[in-house]
Order: sequence, then C-alpha cells, then structure tokens
Amino acid sequence: MAAPRAEHELHKRRFSRNAGVGITLACFVFIVFGLTYVKITNGGLTQGFDHVVRPELIPTEESN
Amino acid sequence: MTDATQNVGSYEDEAQFGDYVALLKPRVMSLVVFTAAVGVFVAPVHVHPFVAFVAILFIALGGGASGALNMWYDHDIDAVMKRTSRRPVPAGKVTKGEALTIGLWLSAIAVVMLGLASNWVAAGILAFTIFFYAVIYTMWLKRWTPQNIVIGGAAGAFPPMIGWAVATGGVSVESVLMFVIIFMWTPPHFWALSLFMNEDYSKAGVPMLTVTHGKTVTRKHILAYAALLAPLAIYAAFTSIGGWIYLAAALYLNAKFVYGAWQLWQRNDAAAEADGYKAEKKYFRFSLTYLFASFGALLVQALWVQGFGMGAW
Repeated sequence: MAAPRAEHELHKRRFSRNAGVGITLACFVFIVFGLTYVKITNGGLTQGFDHVVRPELIPTEESN
Repeated sequence: MTDATQNVGSYEDEAQFGDYVALLKPRVMSLVVFTAAVGVFVAPVHVHPFVAFVAILFIALGGGASGALNMWYDHDIDAVMKRTSRRPVPAGKVTKGEALTIGLWLSAIAVVMLGLASNWVAAGILAFTIFFYAVIYTMWLKRWTPQNIVIGGAAGAFPPMIGWAVATGGVSVESVLMFVIIFMWTPPHFWALSLFMNEDYSKAGVPMLTVTHGKTVTRKHILAYAALLAPLAIYAAFTSIGGWIYLAAALYLNAKFVYGAWQLWQRNDAAAEADGYKAEKKYFRFSLTYLFASFGALLVQALWVQGFGMGAW
C-alpha cells in the first residue's frame, strides 16, 4: 500500500508552471476551435465533391 | 563551473512560468502588438475581429520567439550588462538549450498559425522578420558593426507591415511607410539609450556607435535620423491612411522629436554628466511616446474615417 504523499515545496513550485502550461494549451485549443468556426461560417461553400457530383457546386456556365 | 547559465540544478532555481514568459520579452511584444494592430485596422480591407485577434496574437508570439532566440545566442552579453543580467538565461532560471528549443518551436507555431488564420504573405513576412532578428541582427550585425541597430531595426519595423498584409494579402506604399517610420525611429531611440548606458555596452564589447565613434558623433547621428524621419512621417498623412488628425499629430510629434535631437546635439559630455544625462533620458522616454502617439494617431484617424466617414483626404 502506498504511503500518502507529502506535499513538497517542489510540487508547489511546479504547480504554477504546470498550471501556466495547461492554461496556455487550453487557450490554444480555444483559438483553433474559434478560428475553425469563423472560417466555416464566413468562408462560403464548405462542401467538397467527395466522389459524388453535386450539381450545386458546379459553376453555372458548366451546368448549362 | 563559473558559467551562470549552468547554474541550474536545485529546485529553488527551477524556472517558473513567468520566467518562460520573460524569455519572450513581453515589453517588446507590447510594441509589436500595438503596431501590428494598427497595421490591421488602418488597412482598407475588413478583417473578422476574431481573425484579427488571432493574427495579432501570433505576430506577437513570433516576435516573442525571436526574443527567446536572441536570449539564447546573447546569453554571454546579457550576463555582463547590468540592464540584462537578470534575464532568465543569465540568471540561471532557464538553460540555453531550453531558450533555443522554445524559440524555434514558437517561431514555427507562430508562422504556421498566422498563415492558417490569415494568409501566407503575412506568414512569410513574419518568418523573414524572425530570421532577420535572430540571424542577421543577433548573430551577425550586433557584434560586428556600429550600424547594428540601424539595419537590425528593420526587424522591429515589420509588424505593421505584417498586420497590413493580414488584411490585404500584400504590400503597399502605406505599409512601407509604416515600416519606414519605425525603421528611422529606431536609431535615435537606441542611441539616446546608449548615451547614458554606454558603460554597459562597452563592458559587453557591443560595438554601439557611442563605443566605437564616441558620444559627439552619436548626437550628430540622432539629429540626422530625426531630421530624415520627420518628412517621411509627415508624408504618410497624405496617403490613404492619413488625414487631418494624423497630420496634426505628426507635425507636433516630429517637430518635438527633431527639436529634442537638436538640443541633444547642442550638449556635450560634460554638461550631460553634470546633470546625470537628464536631457538624454528625457529624449529616450519621449521617443517611446513619439512612436505610440504616431501609431495611435493613425489608428484614431482610421477609426474616425470608418466611424464617421470623414477626415481622410
């Protein structure tokens, strides 16, 4: 059975560093998510052909 | 081991998160954020607020990454100079290897993310800026020529150009003028600092103009650059980013900047030492105000035009 781990000064000092890295990574995830949302909602057509022809994606002159 | 950079071992010396932030030169980053933001907002193309925020953030991160690379390479100089001796690497908080790794990774992340968020022209200029600051300035010019900060100043002048490229996808007269304003402002700003921090540079063997050519020559150079900057900064008022507001600000700020340089040129070392370099310190502080106020005026001008549809030519 493992003995309860005593809180060492080392752990306290490292906590702020780890918390900082954690918050930074969370912010990065938020930025990538937000950027993706903005690009999708402002970027016009988001469909691809994906092996199936979709008439709405073909330019007008070609479809005529 | 006498090398301070090797003094890392016990947990008391372990870097805190703030030490890694300090590696990115936050005060320099604040200037980068501001000038890049002005570049984005004065451009004639609307940028989505979130994209603008992300772009400015990664421009700042790129600037910070180049700061980390600078601290990696300049650890020996930083350790000798009083002004820089408490930086994370010479203080023994962060190792040289960590500074290099962080600098390289953050550079890559900043460039790729800026490219994905905006466009690859902006990302390309950011990549060149990092290369210019870390390699051309830090590794080559800084230890070699008294013109180090003249040419190296280009690195600090790129952010508004990158901001403009974020919005427009290109380069134009207006963005080049914003570049030129910072480029021409940098030498008087740093030479004013070196007039009263001369011993630091001399001790570290950095060939600042004050060390190699003396303070009298430096005073002449400050006046010359301030006089050359003025017409260029005022000319920006007559481009698409200018208008009455910026013109009024530019006339006032440049008159004061040139007059201050003229006053420094009139002084000699005996007078400066007698009053503890009062005028030089005042000029250095004003140079910071000059840059923030000049770009602030461009921003106010742009907001005025966008908000009220008036004020521009």
